[in-house]
Amino acid sequence: MIEEAIHPKDIYLRSDRFPHIWCPGCGLGIVLKSYVDAISKLDIPLDHHVLVSGIGCTARLPGYANVDSYHTTHGRAIPFATGLKIVNPELQVTVISGDGDLFNIGGNHIIHAARRNMDILVVCVNNFNYGMTGGQHGATTPEGARTSTTPYGNIEHSFNLPYIMASLGASYVARWTSLHVRQLTKSIMKAMKMKGFSFIEVISPCPPNFGKYNKFNDGLSQMEFFYENSVLDNNADLSEAYIDFSGKRPLIVGEFVQRIRPSYIELERDLIKRAMEEP
Amino acid sequence: MINLDFESEKVYNTGRAPINIHAFKVPLGKVHIIKERCKECGYCWTYCPKEVLEKSDYVNKNGYHPPRIKKGKESACVACGMCEAICPDFAIFVEEIKNE
Ligand SMILES: Cc1ncc(C[n+]2csc(CCOP(=O)(O)OP(=O)(O)O)c2C)c(N)n1
Ligand code: SF4
Ligand code: SF4
Ligand code: SF4
Ligand SMILES: [Mg+2]
Repeated sequence: MIEEAIHPKDIYLRSDRFPHIWCPGCGLGIVLKSYVDAISKLDIPLDHHVLVSGIGCTARLPGYANVDSYHTTHGRAIPFATGLKIVNPELQVTVISGDGDLFNIGGNHIIHAARRNMDILVVCVNNFNYGMTGGQHGATTPEGARTSTTPYGNIEHSFNLPYIMASLGASYVARWTSLHVRQLTKSIMKAMKMKGFSFIEVISPCPPNFGKYNKFNDGLSQMEFFYENSVLDNNADLSEAYIDFSGKRPLIVGEFVQRIRPSYIELERDLIKRAMEEP
Repeated sequence: MINLDFESEKVYNTGRAPINIHAFKVPLGKVHIIKERCKECGYCWTYCPKEVLEKSDYVNKNGYHPPRIKKGKESACVACGMCEAICPDFAIFVEEIKNE
């Protein structure tokens, strides 16, 4: 065994920043792995990739990838990404950010990006809480789940992310857990080749916050829950694909939507062409 | 149940015996561990399908125990890549040994 061996993915990382800040068992490192694995396998030149995030633990991810990256303001990753794509449609613009960032403070932006079928890929790492600020509950916290601000169990209905995204017309919608690392990599590669808005939810452990309050004492016990409860169903009725951790319902994963629908960039190009031809 | 997509499953677990199993070379892997990056999450030694890895006694500079190869499992790695894929800390990878 060679101790000083260099990890083959280090060339896609800002390896001088390692070890990263994420907790033991946090799923975020696995999402970073899938992202760099995907870009290493695709034929898109590395300088065409842009990675954008808002604020949170997840939002630290672009700071570890050796591509152009933007760590923007809380909830505003999508407007930055949209601007980048419209100004330079050659770019592969990917947003990787947290559930709180994308669906609580930034909820309005993401629904409109999906509605417009904006040509970006959004990977939402859902750990069901605000990890960075101490595990508060939010719109993605499952009903009944405990968090630092719902110690008796959350009484609110939670967002069912693939259902929302599919209903708004996204071209590609998938959900995996951080255990489905190979499927996630393939999904990212496929989504990057799609036109229009692509959305991938990644269910991920957050051991010291969501985990601790919900009987997952470490990352491994939450991964074991994923292992035992995940059911692959690409044709799932998405209205039923909401998440709870009671263990009484399957955790539905898969590629739910892949459709060809005019994308924003295509429609805009067409509009410009028509406007120029007008006498 | 979920398919973890181990490359090795194609050869070992399909139940459909290849016509000549001896013609198939079982890949051999060499595991590299970057001890100082490890945070002891246990994912690599839990999800290795060949049970090659275990927690070591070594304590790294952050106080974590990285994995090591189990005694007697020195040539058991089939280079499936699962440990490398699942490690959140880029602390383990596998090199396939090409032997003709
Ligand atoms: C405008 C603004 N409001 C609130 C905060 C505090 N804050 C920082 S991160 C965060 C939540 C992040 O949650 P999520 O996107 O789920 O990321 P995670 O840490 O769980 O990965 C909040 C509320 C902030 N930085 N800026
Ligand atoms: S608090 Fe949660 S999301 Fe943040 S690094 Fe730790 S495990 Fe990951
Ligand atoms: S590559 Fe890793 S997971 Fe696969 S057999 Fe070898 S040690 Fe185990
Ligand atoms: S998966 Fe990585 S961080 Fe976790 S115990 Fe194994 S080497 Fe260490
Ligand atoms: Mg979160």
